[in-house]
Amino acid sequence: MKTGTDRVKRGMAEMQKGGVIMDVVNAEQAKIAEEAGAVAVMALERVPSDIRAAGGVARMADPRIVEEVMNAVTIPVMAKARIGHIVEARVLEAMGVDYIDESEVLTPADEEYHLNKREYTVPFVCGCRDLGEAARRIGEGATMLRTKGEPGTGNIVEAVRHIRKVNAQVRKVVGMNEDELMTEAKLLGAPYELLLEIKNLGRLPVVNFAAGGVATPADAALMMQLGADGVFVGSGIFKSENPAKFARAIVEATTHYQDYKLIAELSKELGAPMKGIEISSLAPEARMQERGW
Amino acid sequence: MIKIGVLGLQGAVREHVISIEACGAEAIVIKRKEQLDEIDGLILPGGESTTMRKLIDKYDFMRSLKEFAELGKPMFGTCAGLILLAKNIVGYDEPHIGVMDVKVERNSFGRQKESFEADLDIAGVAEDFQAVFIRAPHIVQAGGNVEILAKHKERIVAAREGNILGCSFHPELTDDHRLTGYFINMVKEAKK
Repeated sequence: MKTGTDRVKRGMAEMQKGGVIMDVVNAEQAKIAEEAGAVAVMALERVPSDIRAAGGVARMADPRIVEEVMNAVTIPVMAKARIGHIVEARVLEAMGVDYIDESEVLTPADEEYHLNKREYTVPFVCGCRDLGEAARRIGEGATMLRTKGEPGTGNIVEAVRHIRKVNAQVRKVVGMNEDELMTEAKLLGAPYELLLEIKNLGRLPVVNFAAGGVATPADAALMMQLGADGVFVGSGIFKSENPAKFARAIVEATTHYQDYKLIAELSKELGAPMKGIEISSLAPEARMQERGW
Repeated sequence: MIKIGVLGLQGAVREHVISIEACGAEAIVIKRKEQLDEIDGLILPGGESTTMRKLIDKYDFMRSLKEFAELGKPMFGTCAGLILLAKNIVGYDEPHIGVMDVKVERNSFGRQKESFEADLDIAGVAEDFQAVFIRAPHIVQAGGNVEILAKHKERIVAAREGNILGCSFHPELTDDHRLTGYFINMVKEAKK
């Protein structure tokens, strides 16, 4: 009997496919998310838009909040650790969270190295903007990916850019001759063996969700249509006017992302979504997506 | 050709489709209840049982799924799918589809860091089956007509009652298609 194998870690993410993972900051929100049909919740101290507003250093949540959320729901609970923060990750693992997000939403603890995620029994999800970044994270042991988008903005434009980029680069690798792969690996900064695996599989070897800017049911369906395996929704739900209704609508739009009549129905009279930020109004240093290497 | 549906509301749908096709049957992803009329057998995949249940209710699948079982058409639930099939769930007053005479306990091996792989002896299927357990349930009690197919550490992890098959683990996550093949044979028998 073996725990913490790649198959067990990657398989856990496979079970989340077609689903919505929602950011929550307390037990009450976690229950609303579960009731709406979320496949998992991300326990946080603040949602990304509040992290932006608060400024300063964003760290792992108070373990008390994570514990409260774990006790409130039966679906899997994820939590975020700072990039490269070995101890935050170990603390979350010791608490028994089901997945750790080594996340650019928090202030990085290491500006050179990400965690060696292979050493842990708990699985990790990491952000990516292109195939090079995705492949480096998988190389370090991430068993689930999410395109980064721009968290806490309610603006889908960066999420679209990133999922298109990753999938276009995957298609390119799949279509390449094997003798072209080493140079592609060099250009992308990606492990060669992983590109070979992608070419043979015809897809990424792990599940890839979309994140960072999903604010409406149509946004969620758009990410699915562009090839995401599922969707993370951060500030979009609990910063909207009617979280329970928004949460249910986003879950349904993700399941039936090509049923446009249905999406029209469930988008009616939802109330105001989160306000949102135009990306060009963000100073470069305020862009969370630039974090991670 | 035998047609096997995979309930496609959420979860590891693609993996089951690959496994069914590897066994030489046709796979159909079921997103609408009307599609159930087209198929000879149905697989309920792994995923989150609470999420699938919400979507089953939302799209009015429940009665059609029960009728599918009543017609004697075979159903196979893996992990969350087993929970959907069970007549009793520890800690819950009501079952989901409730067509298999077993009592199951959710997440009974612990949280994700306790998820594991183990070799299983599955009666009539394989003596050396590599099974992947992810936040898995197990069968706490089985009714008199239930045939126990496999145990792990004294816990029942695979069983069959007539045309209903259920397991705690994920046969779709490996390249070993023997359990899927066993189910497809059940479907062939039922169709005769």
